[in-house]
Amino acid sequence: MRRAVSALLRKDLQLELRAPQAVPAMALFSITTLVVFHFAIQRGQVEGDLAAGVLWVTLLFAAMLGTSRLFVADHEEGGLDGFLLAPVDRTALLVAKAISMFSYLVVVEIVAVPAFAIMLLGPTPGAGALAQLVLVLVLADAGVALVGTMVGALAVQTRARDLLVPLLALPLLIPVVIAAAKATTPLLAASAGDVEARWLLILGLYDLVFGLLAYAVFDFLVED
Amino acid sequence: MEAAPAIELEGLTRRYGERVALRDVTLSLPYGATLVVFGPNGAGKSTLLRILATLLRPHAGTARVLGRDLPGEGWAVRGSVGLLGHAPLLYRDLTGRENLAYHARLHGVGLDRAEALLEQVGLATRAQDKVHTYSRGMVQRLAVCRAVLHDPQLLLLDEPRANLDPAAREIVEPLIGAASGRTRVITSHDPAGGLADADVALGLRDGSAALLAPVREVDPAQVGALYR
Repeated sequence: MRRAVSALLRKDLQLELRAPQAVPAMALFSITTLVVFHFAIQRGQVEGDLAAGVLWVTLLFAAMLGTSRLFVADHEEGGLDGFLLAPVDRTALLVAKAISMFSYLVVVEIVAVPAFAIMLLGPTPGAGALAQLVLVLVLADAGVALVGTMVGALAVQTRARDLLVPLLALPLLIPVVIAAAKATTPLLAASAGDVEARWLLILGLYDLVFGLLAYAVFDFLVED
Repeated sequence: MEAAPAIELEGLTRRYGERVALRDVTLSLPYGATLVVFGPNGAGKSTLLRILATLLRPHAGTARVLGRDLPGEGWAVRGSVGLLGHAPLLYRDLTGRENLAYHARLHGVGLDRAEALLEQVGLATRAQDKVHTYSRGMVQRLAVCRAVLHDPQLLLLDEPRANLDPAAREIVEPLIGAASGRTRVITSHDPAGGLADADVALGLRDGSAALLAPVREVDPAQVGALYR
């Protein structure tokens, strides 16, 4: 299993570095969306719940782009069949793709979150708030990556991939958006507070439930 | 040769929606033998190969490959089957060497085997180039390397010599030809060449077996009739 995951990750990294598909599109989309928000909400700076909403809507829609592209190279060039012919557990593909998607999100956030702070955020979060924000991002990214991997595997087999991904993924990710936005709100408020533990718990529980669900159904999504 | 057949199909049927791609196909092929499959485009040849490769599930009938029932025991067959289909199953933005290394890791095969195959098919000097810079013949040679990388017992070859010039055909012959000693299923549109390369002939028309006989009993004209 570890050997297959490592082979898949290595291949995905080589492909993304050689012919970037997901990360540049996601990063550019994030920045563009933040610029549009900057003009659309008609105020120089945002904070609290509005700031959290803007941040998570931007990241979530960027994640949809990554999800649409997650299996494209494998599907178009027959790589998925190449993997299915190998005597390895199909779960290796789930794990590798979820790790790839998680990594894409982290890279995009390294660009998008500072851009958000510069363009839109009023208060400057302290070190404590930043550390908590990283924790929220990690927990939310794990959920987005798991759901994105399942939906991406299903959608890539259809011609309406770009339509199907948001239609399937966004409703499934509503709990992540709610919990992540609620958790982030005090961190981006003028009088900075701490994350409420229950939202972190909900994000962790979501990751666990969708991790188990993905493990249970992934074989059926990629096999005939 | 072993007593049990390498491939045993009984009433094999596969549909795509309403269309029946493969209808009630029954055959048996011993270990080490070669089955050549003829038939016009859309007759079900590729579907048959994909079922044998465990990539498609039959909708009716039974398929037993290398002593294992499909699809239930497909996991046990996968490491012993090599598929060379119309798609090369290679990543165009990876180099030839990277592609083989990826498949070698998936199959638990040493990278020295990949290097030896690259040398054998004459691609060692181009191994560092991306696959999208290769000619179609070079891609086919690399796909042959990928298909035999894990030394499969059963080779499933969909028009394997397409895109290959005579010199390249000679190069890949030891890997996918009769001398490889593997059980083989080959699709072909060349009656004389296909019959000369096989032990048993299967002719498909509209998914049904219109011809099934040892090649010594088959006249090339019978194969030609499948296409009319």
